[in-house]
Amino acid sequence: MAHGMILIDQERCKGCSLCIEVCPQHVITINTSKLNAKSYHPAGLDDPGGKCTGCAICAVICPDACITVLREPPLRRGVGLSSPTVERML
Amino acid sequence: MARELLKGNVAIAEAALRAGVEAYFGYPITPQTELLEHLALRMPELGRVFLQAESEIAAINMVYGSACTGTRTMTSSSGPGISLMQEGMSYIAGSEVPAVIVDVMRGGPGLGNILPSQGDYFQVTRSAGHGDYHPIVLAPASVQEAIDFTMLAFDLAEKYRHLVIVAADGMIGQMMEPAELPPMRPLPTKRPDWALTGADERPKRVISSIYMSAEAAERFNLKVQARLKEIRRNEQRSTEYETDDARLLVVGYGSAGRIAHSAVVAAREKGLKVGLFRPQTLYPFPEASLSKIISRIQGCLVVEMNAGQMIEDVQLVAAGQVPVRFYGRMGGVVPVPEEVLAAIEQAYDSMSELSLAAPA
Amino acid sequence: METMTAPLELQTVYQRPNALEDTYTNYCPGCTHGVAHRLLAEAIDELGLRDRTILVAPVGCAVFAYEYFDLDGCEAAHGRAPAMATGVKRALPDRIVVTYQGDGDLASIGAGEILHAAGRGEKISVVFVNNAIYGMTGGQMAPTSLPGQKTSSSPKGRDVAMTGNPMRMSELLAQMEGSAYVARRSLHDPANIRKAKKAILTALKVQEAGLGFSMVELLSSCPTNWKLTPSEALKWIETNMLPIYPLGDYKVADAVRDL
Ligand SMILES: Cc1ncc(C[n+]2csc(CCOP(=O)(O)OP(=O)(O)O)c2C)c(N)n1
Ligand code: SF4
Ligand code: SF4
Ligand code: SF4
Repeated sequence: MAHGMILIDQERCKGCSLCIEVCPQHVITINTSKLNAKSYHPAGLDDPGGKCTGCAICAVICPDACITVLREPPLRRGVGLSSPTVERML
Repeated sequence: MARELLKGNVAIAEAALRAGVEAYFGYPITPQTELLEHLALRMPELGRVFLQAESEIAAINMVYGSACTGTRTMTSSSGPGISLMQEGMSYIAGSEVPAVIVDVMRGGPGLGNILPSQGDYFQVTRSAGHGDYHPIVLAPASVQEAIDFTMLAFDLAEKYRHLVIVAADGMIGQMMEPAELPPMRPLPTKRPDWALTGADERPKRVISSIYMSAEAAERFNLKVQARLKEIRRNEQRSTEYETDDARLLVVGYGSAGRIAHSAVVAAREKGLKVGLFRPQTLYPFPEASLSKIISRIQGCLVVEMNAGQMIEDVQLVAAGQVPVRFYGRMGGVVPVPEEVLAAIEQAYDSMSELSLAAPA
Repeated sequence: METMTAPLELQTVYQRPNALEDTYTNYCPGCTHGVAHRLLAEAIDELGLRDRTILVAPVGCAVFAYEYFDLDGCEAAHGRAPAMATGVKRALPDRIVVTYQGDGDLASIGAGEILHAAGRGEKISVVFVNNAIYGMTGGQMAPTSLPGQKTSSSPKGRDVAMTGNPMRMSELLAQMEGSAYVARRSLHDPANIRKAKKAILTALKVQEAGLGFSMVELLSSCPTNWKLTPSEALKWIETNMLPIYPLGDYKVADAVRDL
């Protein structure tokens, strides 16, 4: 499985939760402690285990086009890439 | 160019071509149909756009779309069709794109008939559908004027980014008269800097008539009102006949103005001091010239082919200084000069009685 | 944007399309109008049409569509987008002209204009968002509302004896000789959204190739007026709309198959 991550535009997100429902890895949550300028609780990646595969299903359903999806490039033979974690990326 | 015998509708169509109309969208309705038919033949010959729309509603919205691309665009219709176009006209007004409409007026209300009328005066001068606006309205009284005003209509539309209506009555549309067509003008080579053409190497452009906040909508309206003021200052047009020593002024436009002219000539032959004022622009109403004349006459007689619509504008100018009487025929009845002369004589008499009765 | 930055070894595999403006939309949370916008923008980007596309926005919830796309755009009167688009296209035949219309706009007040645009084979592309209701005016019945559907103007449910049955516009417009491509897709899940995107790509290609009228009907949600959560609304499309509005290609002219 490839490793991936997503970035969610916190100001554009309307917290509709559709991405949460479709994510096969269940790694998106609504951040109820945060309110954006339009008073929505935005969604965010919550993936301490690095399970996001970068499949982009969340981005396909997002009505507000606020998800950017990143993914590892395909593995080069014999060269393993370390799995990115959210902590590393912050 | 030589004078040739031309039918009004055809002359208007040919004048539009020579003015450089690039796209025409319209729907058949008598008494303007020859206009559409002439363009159906000529526009494709010249590689320009002609499309018979499925309705006047579609036609005016096609005009709107085409005009948004900075293309010189027109439509034509008559009473019922103009009624249907009101919403589209309002959108055109609300987004400041130039467009030309020819209204060859017929008898109403309802389906009415196809006979000449001036019953659309209110409809074309008071607004373009909903909202605060006035199209520029030109009223020809001959085939020659129909040609000249059609040319002028495109100039004014583009100069002010405004809707211009050529309001001809059915008589002007249908009559044959010798007239001279202007030479063919070159088509514009450059699109204006507001036109939609695709955002190619420039920021995108938007044409819309939405002003969501009250403040934005009022700001837009103030801009329109300022433009209307400029139009009122610059574009009033009218002709006069024998007004210098006139005691009674006859006011009429289009065919009614022309018939009134014959009646005024006859009245003069009888020794009555009568003059004629013929507005050529219905909006802006030629109030400046009219008020000058009104200050030196004793009475006014408005002649129209309707129940009295322009009379309101004359009354506004007269402002109670002189009595304003009315003579009109409706439903497609075209008055003959004799009956207008009779109305003139009546008005003249009552005026004399009035001035006799008035204290010195 | 989040303050996170991507580590070097990750590549961007999906991002917001360029043809969308960097702006916030007025759509309700979870409304699939947004998805339809995104798909259209992605298709325009992929075909490299941004600098020669002119968008005609409707009256309806998508009234500000011209603000959401980074395209030249204009705003038509309610239902008249196909006529306005006709004017644009006839004036500029080499540009790509797209209308974006709701079901009240296209199937009710503008039924005449869309029918004749298709009939003429007008070379425009129509994105038709069918949410079985009037969204903008607060949830009244549309010609596309389902039998028995409760709306603010059919409070006891749409009575087909009184108001007729849902109008199937794709089926109708496919009958027109002038239509080259007419398809119905749905936005209720990712797989269907991907298919919808393909259909929009096809519609634009049909226009580019000058083959005739093209339209993609998208079954879309209106969580607000259906009074459902965004995800319940997607299920409502699947359960209630799909049986009435079967998905599929209703018109694929021969020349379209060769594209
Ligand atoms: C001539 C006219 N009639 C009525 C309206 C009011 N109106 C605005 S939007 C709308 C319905 C829009 O519904 P739909 O096309 O289904 O789009 P949605 O809002 O659901 O996306 C109506 C009736 C109008 N703006 N203009
Ligand atoms: S890219 Fe796939 S796995 Fe990652 S968050 Fe989105 S849906 Fe979930
Ligand atoms: S689908 Fe988009 S708008 Fe909805 S919660 Fe997810 S990121 Fe936010
Ligand atoms: S009212 Fe309905 S269609 Fe309109 S934006 Fe809201 S959810 Fe979408």
